[in-house]
Amino acid sequence: MSTINKNAAQIIATVVSNKRVGQYHQLIINIGDLSALCKPGNFVAINVGGENSRMILRRAFAISRVSTNSISGGTMELIVAPHGQGSKWLCSQNEGAALDIVVPLGTAFGIPTEPVQVLLVGGGYGSAPLFGLAEVLNAKGCRVDMLLGASTASKIYAPMEGKRAVNSLRIYTEDGSMGQSGRVTEPIKALIDDMNIAVIYSCGPMAMLSAIDEITRGTHVVHQCAVEESMACGIGICMTCVLPVADDAGNISMLRSCIDGPVMDGSYVQWDKVGEVL
Amino acid sequence: MTALDFSTTLGNAWFPAPTFTASGCASSGRELAQFFDLKDMGAVVTKSVMMKARTGRPTPRMAETPSGMLNSIGLQGPGIDAFLAKDIPYLVEQKARIIVSIAGETVEEYSTLARKLRSVSGISAIEVNISCPNVENRGLVFACDPEASRRVIDGVRRTIGGELPIIAKLSPDVTDLVSIARGVVEAGADGLALINTVLGMVINLESMRPHLGGKTGGLSGPAIRPIAVRAIYQVHAAMPQVPILGMGGVASGRDALEMIAAGASGVSIGTASFGNPTAIMSIQNELKDLIVAKGFTSLRQVIGYAHRPDEVTND
Repeated sequence: MSTINKNAAQIIATVVSNKRVGQYHQLIINIGDLSALCKPGNFVAINVGGENSRMILRRAFAISRVSTNSISGGTMELIVAPHGQGSKWLCSQNEGAALDIVVPLGTAFGIPTEPVQVLLVGGGYGSAPLFGLAEVLNAKGCRVDMLLGASTASKIYAPMEGKRAVNSLRIYTEDGSMGQSGRVTEPIKALIDDMNIAVIYSCGPMAMLSAIDEITRGTHVVHQCAVEESMACGIGICMTCVLPVADDAGNISMLRSCIDGPVMDGSYVQWDKVGEVL
Repeated sequence: MTALDFSTTLGNAWFPAPTFTASGCASSGRELAQFFDLKDMGAVVTKSVMMKARTGRPTPRMAETPSGMLNSIGLQGPGIDAFLAKDIPYLVEQKARIIVSIAGETVEEYSTLARKLRSVSGISAIEVNISCPNVENRGLVFACDPEASRRVIDGVRRTIGGELPIIAKLSPDVTDLVSIARGVVEAGADGLALINTVLGMVINLESMRPHLGGKTGGLSGPAIRPIAVRAIYQVHAAMPQVPILGMGGVASGRDALEMIAAGASGVSIGTASFGNPTAIMSIQNELKDLIVAKGFTSLRQVIGYAHRPDEVTND
């Protein structure tokens, strides 16, 4: 067997529930014992469109949370925005629907061994996996503060129960329709200066991740970010989801965000070279 | 029920099953090994390797299209030395059969790559990829030029000697595929891989510019399957003695059977693995069942079966 994705399996999983939450859908899917192998940051690749679909590629979704002992057994939660044809199809799947999925895939957020102070930054529905992460960090004794941002109020994903694991939650919208007006990255510098933050965990659009990297560069803060690149396979064979990443010696190579990511150390990602020829 | 002989040959290389990965669609095997045993299929055709490490084309590198996708990778890879040091030993350890795919920018680079492979043990055949569409200079797609194709294969043949079978991978983006196929066979190719992806483009309607970083990309998936079946049929009709490794949108056992009936001795599965990591295993099983259900006792009986003369009727 391989060392890559060594916990991953392809299974037929059943939709336990599908609820509309604002502009998003919350899907709970029964994945049995695989739930115990899913860590915050991992993702799932789902076949979409049914048997005779003209959509031939799987769609990748971040796992927002898992439960190993719900009444339906081991489950995972996905927060899905019905944007494209594939995600719309997934959002139309009701309780009892069978899904062909591959899970868990990709790297996970690193969890500190000491109970340090951490900051979680989410953009849009990129915030979803941060709530599951917050629970894990909270259980480790970390102080967890969270910043969420989006263009407008309806694109903020912040479930009530998710707030239990965070010490503070601040919301920013660009149009001022919820929380404070402005970008989610604006308060980060002051927070790093005022608090003893050891790690920033981020998930959201690439521009947001890149902006956080600029703020943390030259500081002692570790930046763990979940990157986004369009993927064809999710399992490391297609080479489409690559990003320029440096190693310790400064050599830059194109790493696959499905296997070497989605969670990467932001300081190694060459943000200015994304989309360029090396 | 009689047992089915499912084995096949490409030149002097023997494979227990006619199902292969397609170059560039399985990296170097490790990734798929999580989902099935690599030794259970015909062979792993590795991602086309060049002399030097290469970073490839800019992102976005992918666009899904109806029943297909465009890719624009540009032969990203570790270079031949790292490939021989890391990837070949892994595949040998897995007891997988190996077809190494090579790509070069010059006729000489192909020969040099062949020299590096000559003494490597554990390789069943070499695929000479002269048709990757994702290069900056279309003039360098050797397979679009009969004379250039011939020179590449001739150089590799002279370097390799007679031991390892050479399979030339050709492009469907040509006016007369049969003449190019004939040229490379005359230059020493033992077999042909048909087809590489078809050159395509998607315009992004938000930016109103080509969507892919490299602007053009190779179209693959079920959308191109009829093109592949036609190419295999035409070339097999012209040169029935030359083994063909068929590929282009195979996603099920029936798709694979279509190619074999058109004249392919084996079938490579590429894009289908992106959508389904166990696609090769299900296609292999479906193909086996279909061949048995149709009353054949060996795969060899099916190769080129669509070319048989009209059945004589008694009326």
